[in-house]
Amino acid sequence: MLKIDNLHCQLEEEPDTKILKGVSLEVPAGEVHAIMGPNGSGKSTLSYVLSGRDGYEVTGGSASIDGEDLLDMDPEERAAAGLFLAFQYPVEIPGVGNMIFLRTAMNAQRKARGEEEISAPDFLKLVRAKAKELNISPEMMKRPVNVGFSGGEKKRNEILQMALLEPKMCILDETDSGLDVDAMKLVAGGVNAMRDAGRGFLVITHYQRLLDHIKPDVVHIMSAGRIIETGGPDLALKVENEGYADLIGAA
Amino acid sequence: MDTVNTMTPWREAFDAFIANDEAAVMGATARADAFARFEAHGLPTRRHEYWKYTPVRDLLPGQEILVRDGLDTFADVETYQIVFVDGRIDISRSDRTALAALVEIAGPDGAPWMDGVFNALQNRPIPGAMFQVERPFANLNLAMFTDGLAIRIPDGMTLDKPIHLRYEGVVPSHLRLEMLVGKGASVTVLESGAGALTTGAEIVLEEGASVDHLRSQTEVAGKQFTALYATVGADASLKSFTLCADAALIRNETMVTMAGDNGSGSIAAGVMGMDDTLIDNTVYVSHEAEHCESRQVIKSVLDGKAKSVFQGKIFVKKGAQKTDGYQISQAVLLSDGAEFNAKPELEIYADDVICSHGSTTGALDEEAKFYLRSRGCTEREAEALLVAAFIDEAILEISDETLQDRMRDTTDRWMSARAGR
Ligand SMILES: Nc1ncnc2c1ncn2[C@@H]1O[C@H](COP(=O)(O)OP(=O)(O)OP(=O)(O)O)[C@@H](O)[C@H]1O
Ligand SMILES: [Mg+2]
Repeated sequence: MLKIDNLHCQLEEEPDTKILKGVSLEVPAGEVHAIMGPNGSGKSTLSYVLSGRDGYEVTGGSASIDGEDLLDMDPEERAAAGLFLAFQYPVEIPGVGNMIFLRTAMNAQRKARGEEEISAPDFLKLVRAKAKELNISPEMMKRPVNVGFSGGEKKRNEILQMALLEPKMCILDETDSGLDVDAMKLVAGGVNAMRDAGRGFLVITHYQRLLDHIKPDVVHIMSAGRIIETGGPDLALKVENEGYADLIGAA
Repeated sequence: MDTVNTMTPWREAFDAFIANDEAAVMGATARADAFARFEAHGLPTRRHEYWKYTPVRDLLPGQEILVRDGLDTFADVETYQIVFVDGRIDISRSDRTALAALVEIAGPDGAPWMDGVFNALQNRPIPGAMFQVERPFANLNLAMFTDGLAIRIPDGMTLDKPIHLRYEGVVPSHLRLEMLVGKGASVTVLESGAGALTTGAEIVLEEGASVDHLRSQTEVAGKQFTALYATVGADASLKSFTLCADAALIRNETMVTMAGDNGSGSIAAGVMGMDDTLIDNTVYVSHEAEHCESRQVIKSVLDGKAKSVFQGKIFVKKGAQKTDGYQISQAVLLSDGAEFNAKPELEIYADDVICSHGSTTGALDEEAKFYLRSRGCTEREAEALLVAAFIDEAILEISDETLQDRMRDTTDRWMSARAGR
């Protein structure tokens, strides 16, 4: 599904700042992979480079989704190809209503894939149902995108978008941070409901807690722009108990 | 030399108009005075202080009327429509009779109260700095208007539908609105169409009156010059909103006098420009009474080599205490070649006032744009969503939600036309 090979990147404005220094990993369809790693190790940068944010220059390596070269596409083409990033810091967009945003995005993706647009009633029904599952009030849906949302509400809104857009490859960047215990369960429930043989997940997190709810198949440890260790779910437990020092020392 | 040359065709046109046009009988003295002022001023050049960004080089009386798409922003709105074609009312398409049954409309000879409006606005001593600024196209309009509407809304009346002044045709005409809105009366006035080279409007709001004025210039492809003089009485409220798009040259001048205590005035505009367009909104709000509030909200979205100009002044006369004056002008530039020029001015002679102004120019928020695109919106769609949000801050100055939506439809259409390129 998602294949990243020896990916290197630096900041466009400061070429001396190398952030990714050879990231390789592969998430096959049907699997959930977690990435853990110290602050500043490049986890969010990886997610941005994959989703096509400006400001980073890829200097080597490749990334593809179902064999299609991601790095060659515009952000919206990546979305239409099935990539989704739940942002660590979702952006507030004053003046742009949540509903019109969601509908524009859904229909744009459908159009890009040569599918029919969703009708207004079907769209409303779908949004209402999914929002309810995530305990997002209709009043929140009427507001501009993320404006005035609490930290946890923003994260739930990301998961709502994911549920509506039904991407093939979902990257979740610290979706658990800022969530209370109940919200965490809601979000994990939302993710688990979407797990299926055709879909991959890359879950970036600092805490074992989320992984108790979303059981990963594989755990990667990232440090200083590289994956330094890959293992099973118990690797996350080890990090939780012992920290990163030994792993980084060994690498 | 220069002035003589460019003025010659105008002098000839004016003389011919006076000699041949039956409309010239009305206000003959005022017309001659106004033309003399226009002639003395000449066509505005960069050397004129308030035309620095908007020179009008080669305007001729026969200036061609160019129409874009012909989609009337107010087509679906139920109104008392008054249609002008080539500078004359088209009675068969106008609801003049229905309107005349409700309000007073002056005939070709005017009406006694109409002189009052004329005199109040044209010949009164204008205080402070206001008189220093010549308004050449207001003068030209007064000198050469061929038709228009002179109307009095009786005290206390709320007109059930908006009055819609619709300008059509290909003759570069000059049309005029004279309106007296009686005590506690309220009315909405709409203007649309490209078929007027100049419009001139004078609106007097008596105590407690309320006027919503909306203008769509989205069909103007050539040139249009407008002048709106409004006098806002005590407890009265004026809201004026203009939507402009893609004209070769539009200059809107809005002069508002807050004449009675506790009045409020809002002048807002949304400007959308692609290609080689130049749109200028020049606003002058003069506070001459206490406890008045005024707002100027101008939003421009500019692509290609489009230019938008905003010159906005808040003048507070001595004694106009507790004035609350606000002004904001913002532009989003969608291309490197686009340009926004703002000239905000405050001139304050009272000590107990709050006045603020701000102006910003920049690109769309990149973070927001990326967020939208990461969800699948195309770059143009993302821009359209952000532009709509940006312009909406001006549209929200309109009080009626249906009319807000008509404006949104028009801005959406503009953005989709852009997206389709
Ligand atoms: N646009 C940028 N400008 C300057 N530095 C940047 C930029 N983007 C990333 N960096 C730097 O690159 C490094 C990696 O940042 P990144 O956000 O990817 O870390 P992270 O692993 O997600 O950290 P955290 O766990 O704190 O979220 C950091 O040192 C960061 O300061
Ligand atoms: Mg991060």
